[in-house]
Amino acid sequence: MTDTDILDSIDAFLARDVVPHVHRLEHDDIYPEAIVERMRELGLFGATIAASFGGLGLPCATYADIVERIARVWMSLSGIFNSHLIMSAIVQRNGTEAQKRAFLPRFASAELRGGLALTEPDCGTDLQAIRVTARRDGDAYVVNGTKTWISNGIHGSCFALLVKTDPNAEPRHRGMSMLLAEKGAGFTVSRKLEKLGYKGIDSAELVFDDYRVPVDRLIGGIEGRGLQHALSGLELGRINVAARGVGIAQAALDESLRYAQVRRTFGVPIAQHQAIQLKLADMATRTEAARLLVRRAAELYDRGDRCDMEAGMAKLFATEAALENATEAMRVHGGYGYSTEFPIERLYRDAPLLVIGEGTNELQRIIIARQLVARNPV
Amino acid sequence: MKILVPVKRVVDYNVKVRVKADGTGIETAGVKMSMNPFDEIGVEEAVRLKEKGAATEIVAVSMGVPQCAETIRTALAMGADRGILVETDAELQPLAVAKLLKAIAEKEQPKLIILGKQAIDDDMNATGQMLAALLGWPQGTFASKITIEGDGITVTREVDGGLETVALTLPAIITTDLRLNEPRYASLPNIMKARKKPIDNLKPADLGVDPKPRLTTVKVAEPPKRKAGVKVGSVAELVEKLKTEAKVI
Ligand SMILES: Cc1cc2nc3c(=O)[nH]c(=O)nc-3n(C[C@H](O)[C@H](O)[C@H](O)COP(=O)(O)OP(=O)(O)OC[C@H]3O[C@@H](n4cnc5c(N)ncnc54)[C@H](O)[C@@H]3O)c2cc1C
Repeated sequence: MTDTDILDSIDAFLARDVVPHVHRLEHDDIYPEAIVERMRELGLFGATIAASFGGLGLPCATYADIVERIARVWMSLSGIFNSHLIMSAIVQRNGTEAQKRAFLPRFASAELRGGLALTEPDCGTDLQAIRVTARRDGDAYVVNGTKTWISNGIHGSCFALLVKTDPNAEPRHRGMSMLLAEKGAGFTVSRKLEKLGYKGIDSAELVFDDYRVPVDRLIGGIEGRGLQHALSGLELGRINVAARGVGIAQAALDESLRYAQVRRTFGVPIAQHQAIQLKLADMATRTEAARLLVRRAAELYDRGDRCDMEAGMAKLFATEAALENATEAMRVHGGYGYSTEFPIERLYRDAPLLVIGEGTNELQRIIIARQLVARNPV
Repeated sequence: MKILVPVKRVVDYNVKVRVKADGTGIETAGVKMSMNPFDEIGVEEAVRLKEKGAATEIVAVSMGVPQCAETIRTALAMGADRGILVETDAELQPLAVAKLLKAIAEKEQPKLIILGKQAIDDDMNATGQMLAALLGWPQGTFASKITIEGDGITVTREVDGGLETVALTLPAIITTDLRLNEPRYASLPNIMKARKKPIDNLKPADLGVDPKPRLTTVKVAEPPKRKAGVKVGSVAELVEKLKTEAKVI
């Protein structure tokens, strides 16, 4: 059976409960409380968590389609469950049996929501340079330091937290571990970060000050595997950001295609001017190519095959497609593209995040090239 | 109380319908199909009755090509308990559907059958009424509100010029109007659960019904294109045009 029934429900949810509210919530940067509640009822927070742990166990391919549709309407909403599900995937792949049983059902029901805390004020791409430390003290780790740009940082309550359990280890990653950190004494949100787009969802700076985490929250139970755990969530993360890119690219195309048929200049709809036709054709082709790359990576993921290169290609291409289509949509819309009363400027503000987050596109190229060489030795 | 809810697979209401070049019907190849919106209202009402404790079981029925099973799944995801698919390639007209439903009703013994007032494909608005006649049951058509009390049901009907309230004795037939409720969309966990709910597969012959069409479609054509209107400068000019050009006053 295909998953069109699932996508139909997503479409109905978007049409009824999201479309009428996006413009206001986005422009006023309001956290979409009521929509998040609907997303919880819909089951989105358990989408990719295994059915045996209370989730839906959806294949990554279906999940990517869901993310695309949601991003087409409002990208910020996808961020509310995306990093939550990456945290869940990390636990599902690497956690101890006890951790899976204790956490995954609560993640799936959204009783516990959260995300991923990797980035710090001094490092994002170079994760091995992190400075948040976790020092063992009896049956707890004592965590100190600062994480920044953490999505769901304010409204979430549990994070997959990348720390150094041995700051002096060489190679550096041997000293990295990942903890499941629930908010509590010593774990505070120091501020909400203001940003160009991606409004509505909270991005926050998190401060740890002698914050104690029981040792049984060390993901996998063994120190020194933190970077591996973080990377294990990245394939899903990249496919998921790539799917957002397809959503933005498609939204820019949809708006442009409609507008080009109703806006008239020199006696004809602008869709009849060749200059506009060239844009529409390129936008549609980019969108379709991006979608196929995402599908391909998702299929490999679902088969359990290695897909870091394919996910990287999908992420790179689809997010660049989003950025280009958003820019082209603005040109197609003329002055109205620049107006805050139309949705184009929002796509234009949202798209750039995609080329930065979940591994910058510069980094994606480096990963792709390294893989190319590794897979094709001479 | 058991409720029977017939659900029809129709071209989705968002699709811009196109007439086939040879005028024999409309294009359906590659077109998105969905549950008839009035039937969605019927399923929703049945599910609400069950949630209130007024119903114990909801059976969704669809008839036609094998893909009608998808329409039944939608009803199951909304909250129906099981499905019956009457599979046939024959063109199904209201009388045939009413006869098939009568046979199913005799087998299933529901207390209530909730149909859409019409299907958005052919807009016949006939099946519910025909079924009521064949079964000899009371009917409350175009319902905008229903209340069950004991073995009776009060139905507020949308009729020309206002609302009419009728009291029926169960078993009865209801057909839904737009304002009866706003149907829910199924949650993903309920969609997954619905995939495991049973659907019985029958053929018209199993029900002793010959679904042969009794009506012939002569021709299907696009409605005439609307011409652009004109703007009038004043009421006087409007009246003048209504008199001399439109010749309606
Ligand atoms: C809205 C938003 C939400 C976010 N959400 C989260 C979250 O939930 N959790 C989380 O952990 N992080 C999150 N981030 C952080 C994000 O992942 C980082 O910003 C990103 O990884 C880039 O890191 P950086 O900002 O430190 O840039 P840097 O690493 O400082 O990079 C600066 C520039 O240098 C380039 N560069 C770096 N290294 C190389 C190299 N070796 N070769 C060539 N070029 C290089 C980069 O491509 C980039 O162009 C979020 C960021 C934003 C803006």
